[in-house]
Amino acid sequence: MIWIYLLILVTLGVAAFLGGRELARRRAIGAKPHSRPGQHGAYALIWVAAPALLVLLLLSVFATPLERQLTASGTPEAVAALEPFRRDAFFADAHRVGRGEPALQIWERPLAELLPVEARRMVSIERTLEWGGGAAAVLAALIGGLFAFSQIKPQTRARNRVEGWVYGALFVCSAIAVLTTLGIIASLAFDSLRFFQKVPVFEFLFGTQWSPQIAIRADQVGSTGAFGAVPLFAGTLLIMLIAMCVAAPIGLLSAIYLSEYAGRGTRAVIKPLLEILAGVPTVVYGFFAALTVGPLLRVMFNEVGLFLMEVGGPFEGVGQYLALVQNQMALTAGAVMGIMLIPFVSSLSDDILNAVPQSLRDGSFAMGATKSETVKRVLLPAALPGIAGALLLAVSRAIGETMIVTMAAGLAANLTFNPLDTVTTVTVQIVTLLTGDQEFNSAKTLSAFGLGLTLFLATLALNIVAHRIVQTYREQYD
Amino acid sequence: MTDATPDQIDGAAAKTRLDRLRAGLKRRHAKEARFKWFGRLAIAAAMVFLAVLLVRIVEQGHTAFYTHTVTVPVYMDPARIDRAYPQGSNFEQLAAEQQLARWGIQDDDTGGVSRDMKALFSSELKFVAADLVAKRGDVIGETVPLAVPLSDDADLFLKGEISKSTPQDQRRINDRQIAWLERMQAEGVVGSHFNTALFTNGDSTQPELAGVLGAVVGSALMLMVTALIAIPLGVGAAIWLEEFAPKNRLTDIIEVNINNLAAVPSIVYGLLGLALFINWMHLPRASPIVGGLVLALMALPTLVIATRSALKAVPPSIREAALAMGASKTQTVFSHVLPLAMPGVMTGAIISMAHALGETAPLLLIGMVSFVPGVPHAIDQPVGALPSLIYIWENASERAFHERTAAAIIVLLVFMIIMNAAAIILRRRFERRW
Repeated sequence: MIWIYLLILVTLGVAAFLGGRELARRRAIGAKPHSRPGQHGAYALIWVAAPALLVLLLLSVFATPLERQLTASGTPEAVAALEPFRRDAFFADAHRVGRGEPALQIWERPLAELLPVEARRMVSIERTLEWGGGAAAVLAALIGGLFAFSQIKPQTRARNRVEGWVYGALFVCSAIAVLTTLGIIASLAFDSLRFFQKVPVFEFLFGTQWSPQIAIRADQVGSTGAFGAVPLFAGTLLIMLIAMCVAAPIGLLSAIYLSEYAGRGTRAVIKPLLEILAGVPTVVYGFFAALTVGPLLRVMFNEVGLFLMEVGGPFEGVGQYLALVQNQMALTAGAVMGIMLIPFVSSLSDDILNAVPQSLRDGSFAMGATKSETVKRVLLPAALPGIAGALLLAVSRAIGETMIVTMAAGLAANLTFNPLDTVTTVTVQIVTLLTGDQEFNSAKTLSAFGLGLTLFLATLALNIVAHRIVQTYREQYD
Repeated sequence: MTDATPDQIDGAAAKTRLDRLRAGLKRRHAKEARFKWFGRLAIAAAMVFLAVLLVRIVEQGHTAFYTHTVTVPVYMDPARIDRAYPQGSNFEQLAAEQQLARWGIQDDDTGGVSRDMKALFSSELKFVAADLVAKRGDVIGETVPLAVPLSDDADLFLKGEISKSTPQDQRRINDRQIAWLERMQAEGVVGSHFNTALFTNGDSTQPELAGVLGAVVGSALMLMVTALIAIPLGVGAAIWLEEFAPKNRLTDIIEVNINNLAAVPSIVYGLLGLALFINWMHLPRASPIVGGLVLALMALPTLVIATRSALKAVPPSIREAALAMGASKTQTVFSHVLPLAMPGVMTGAIISMAHALGETAPLLLIGMVSFVPGVPHAIDQPVGALPSLIYIWENASERAFHERTAAAIIVLLVFMIIMNAAAIILRRRFERRW
């Protein structure tokens, strides 16, 4: 159905362009036209396409809600009396019957008779919307086209008008970025507000118990669940710190080596290899952490633990602990995340070191300093704000990283800073809460949006600070 | 007279100072060498990580690219096959019992022996046999050799992934089954060949039948939607910001916005997709259209940034020349600047699409964690995607899925390498230095 309308619209568009061009040519005879015929054609094309696109856009956004509204408004009482999810199932089956497929469920007496009736009603609503929408789009295109044709005169400034439209369209493209941000804020804030109506903000931010259970029975013990996010923040922080302990020294030192010591040949080999490391999808790092690094570290610690237990004495307790260490310790996820961040830190630091003017290096060498002294006493102090900014960006990546922790860290919300314990993070919990069976209005599901909002605000703050630091630093040398 | 001459004192002092300097220099040079070694070690560490990562994946995944098939002669017993409804017949049991009878092994009362034998064949046997009967009714009453995959555990044993030395209760295949497998091998009915099922099948709950095709098609559909939305919007936004935008507050806000969006964690885009596209606009869950929209919003900022740098690289003299010839601003941009910046724009677009291909977290939130059998063909039906398939398989309990996970990763990496290589070639061939 939709293809027919699209075909009609495309034909109309082509006709408008060709017709407009021809008309402009004819009407221009004997006069000195302002714009070229093709520009008149483009003007007509825009006036056909824009109204139709507007109608289609409105339709794509509002058709489904409107269809639901219409369906709900004419519901027979027997159906309206059903529980919400049963009602949805009934409507879904009515849809299937309307399309000529068998129903998925067997419905009892009053409903069974209503099913074909409702099916017919739904088909007619769907038809009306489809036909109505399509006709409205074609009508809008025709009206637009007629208006454009009436404007084709030698003195019409078609080029300027077309360029105005182009400018507007380009502006809309840029505005999408702002709309995306608003969309993120709106969608996170809306569901977070509903969550904070059930769980106070204070309890969420400062509570130390996290066990988002939904009650099976209303009188169940602990049926409300606990939504204190401090263990998640602590876990996120711990894994981030481990990751930065790996990524910061390795990334920074390799950036220094590449920008100050390495020859062209070495750079030409190493830089693409680092880019490969940067391009590996995070799900692959997650697989690597879960099946290679985790077991490796566990076996290592367990062996050490067994050895210490054999030695006995004061180390026996430590040995017993080490012998029982699990795959999913914070260290696994942190170390692999650190590996992931190495190229990120390294390429940012490399750019920043290269931005330090050569004159500073030359001055230091002229005073007899060695290369490493120049790096440590001149370059690093000069590049410090930039490097701090780069590290902050890496921190923001680390706390927002999802796949590595989902696959390699645990689910237990322990409030601990022991890297050998399992901890869980904000992102792991978001994934866990939203990938199981969801009950939409429960605090459990909504808490994911609360966590998402916290994560968004935290990374936003880090990015703004980091960008500001980098910016001020850059201005010093420009 | 005992006093030393000033000359001598000076000489001695100079000597000690020189010694001190020399010692200091030696220390400083040692420090220099040490520092250089730290740098080398850091790079070596990064390279070792990369090598271990890639080697481990190939090591775990290469075995998934071949598989074992067994050819069993099955007597199509007319007494036990319903001609009208062949899917309902228990072909696996039939084949297992006949195999045991050929070797003269007695089944026990509970049917445990034949159950063990049955467990060696993939459940594909049933479909192959039922298909054959449905197509050619005359095979009933005859003995036909059927070539079917071995079950995942038998396959793992033949690949050496399950060791005979592990105690019987700790492996998923018992001593009796191992003996049978070895006997089949000796009879020459077990063959090993390239695992085509991995590339021609959709996802399945049976590891030996599971393939990546469904996920590859799902990812392709999704990337198509992403490219159709993100590339025009991103290029348009970049052109406006770089060529048209007036210097005012609004422009500043948009620019800061784009930079911040580039650093928003991908999972937040997943939350946006869930709240906006699924819960509010009621688009179908886990469909390529929703996935494509989410990935498009996510890819947009990086695309804008890449396109802007490509536009920036076009020298102002080009614009000035066009404007001087009487072209309008729009004509200048679309007829001169943009064509010259095109290689850079395309490179940026391909790289951001490759990045979108590997993105997983937002897909999990819009429902791409559920099992989707078969190969998708529409953009409004639930599909799987390659990265989410990796996540699903990694979580599966069957061991045979582990090697397939690594194989799926290899497939994903190959696609990414192809896309990045295309971007590099494009840049090398068409990039102009001004």
